[in-house]
Amino acid sequence: MGELAQYLVTGVGLGCAYALTGSGLVVIYRVTRVVNFAQGSFAVLAALCVTTVLAAGLPHGVAEGLGVLLAAVVGLLVGLVATGKPGTTPQAALIVTLGLGVFAYAVEILFWGDQPRSFPGLGGAIGGVQIHYLLIIAVTAVVLGAVALLFARTDLGRALTATAADPYAARAVGIDVVRMGLFAFAVGGALGGLAGVLITPVQQVSFDSDVALVVNGFSAAILGNLTRPGLTLAGGLLLGVVSALVGGYLSTAYQSDVALVFMLVVLIARAGRRDVVEAA
Amino acid sequence: MIEARDLVVRYGAATALDGVSLSVRAGEMVALIGANGAGKTTLVNTVCGILRPAAGELATTGRLALVPEGRHLFGPLTVDDNLRLGAWRDRTGRDTGHIYDLLPELVPLRKQAAGRLSGGQQQMVALGRALMARPDVLVIDEMSLGLAPRVVEHLAAHLRERNAEGLAVLLIEQNARLALDLCARAYVLEAGRVVAEGPSAELAGSPEVAAAYLGLES
Ligand SMILES: Nc1ncnc2c1ncn2[C@@H]1O[C@H](COP(=O)(O)OP(=O)(O)O)[C@@H](O)[C@H]1O
Ligand SMILES: [Mg+2]
Repeated sequence: MGELAQYLVTGVGLGCAYALTGSGLVVIYRVTRVVNFAQGSFAVLAALCVTTVLAAGLPHGVAEGLGVLLAAVVGLLVGLVATGKPGTTPQAALIVTLGLGVFAYAVEILFWGDQPRSFPGLGGAIGGVQIHYLLIIAVTAVVLGAVALLFARTDLGRALTATAADPYAARAVGIDVVRMGLFAFAVGGALGGLAGVLITPVQQVSFDSDVALVVNGFSAAILGNLTRPGLTLAGGLLLGVVSALVGGYLSTAYQSDVALVFMLVVLIARAGRRDVVEAA
Repeated sequence: MIEARDLVVRYGAATALDGVSLSVRAGEMVALIGANGAGKTTLVNTVCGILRPAAGELATTGRLALVPEGRHLFGPLTVDDNLRLGAWRDRTGRDTGHIYDLLPELVPLRKQAAGRLSGGQQQMVALGRALMARPDVLVIDEMSLGLAPRVVEHLAAHLRERNAEGLAVLLIEQNARLALDLCARAYVLEAGRVVAEGPSAELAGSPEVAAAYLGLES
């Protein structure tokens, strides 16, 4: 298989991890208006947990499932700490998530050390493409599709949207808005954990891997104003592919700049549009 | 249905309700009138359990549903989804069909985003959403505010019908004439206290109330 095709596949795989991370941010933001800067930690914790569980002899599938479950529980706890106190503003909660992300470093280094780790994914290749990339793409498609259906087609999804749209009215009809927020944090945690569990076999994980994930995930999410899952997916895939191309044809040193440049372009484009609106 | 005795509600150091007693019995239609800032919405939110009283007693029986001041629809959701969420407490009662029978004007709007409707249409959806809870008592905060007289008349007709079927109503209004016209009994709230109460006809006839709330010179 050609070099270009190889980079594209790698990029889409990476982009799926960004899209999952970004979607976690979107789910949490839509319901709670909190930008969760601990989002990358969910991926790292889940992946590190899988290395331990596999070493303890549990089979694949179960190990990855446990990793995602742990991330969901951690997400719930982050939500509880960041938003559980009545009257906490989203801005204050954001700072708390930032602090919890740093705290996660301490926990991760304490339990797993500071060296990168990995675990095997699906082995084998079809036409030069590692099968594991196909797994990443398939799982991401199914999971993001399920999240979209949850929001669009179920009463729970409607209640989550209602909580974000008007917390006062949500309470008036009997929706427990704190519970909804915590549920969103748990879903966000699971999505972040899934990103980590899927990407680690093709890209080692260490305690500070969260930075690249959260920066790329956030960049993808702001393409859709932190509220549009479809645009977040598109942004994630674009970022993954461009990163892979930049890493392959230029230098891996520039890879981390891709997301920052992308974010800048989105913000400038948006500011430009706002000027037009104000001028009108 | 609603039995409040000597309710005190504070926002920090500010006292918004200062010993308010009010009752709404089954099937009754009661008005609560008073100027802006008198404490009407505070009382509504307390009765609905959104605010906690600092003192006093509050007992409610039966199901209670709220049409909030300013409508407060779920803007991004469709009319139908707004209605469904009105029955959030009741997992099995979320079929919206009976609301379209009661409020046929909502039928053509069912797939539209609630945030894009006119004020009158929104108030109708807010009424439908509250009725979805199959309430025994309906609390309506500022039903007529900002609406055209024709729309208000329409809403009032719906209320009369529902009340005739046994629904109790607590109607909060700044338009005292409308409230006294619709309801048999009324309370007048002023600066967090009930300053007058009784049959609507008596209140409408009292010179003080007429001067303060009906814009009539006594
Ligand atoms: N969330 C709040 N925080 C502080 N003060 C409030 C709040 N809501 C209402 N108030 C005050 O309580 C008083 C009663 O307000 P409200 O119940 O909204 O009156 P009404 O509905 O009769 O216009 C007013 O003085 C208002 O400024
Ligand atoms: Mg009010």
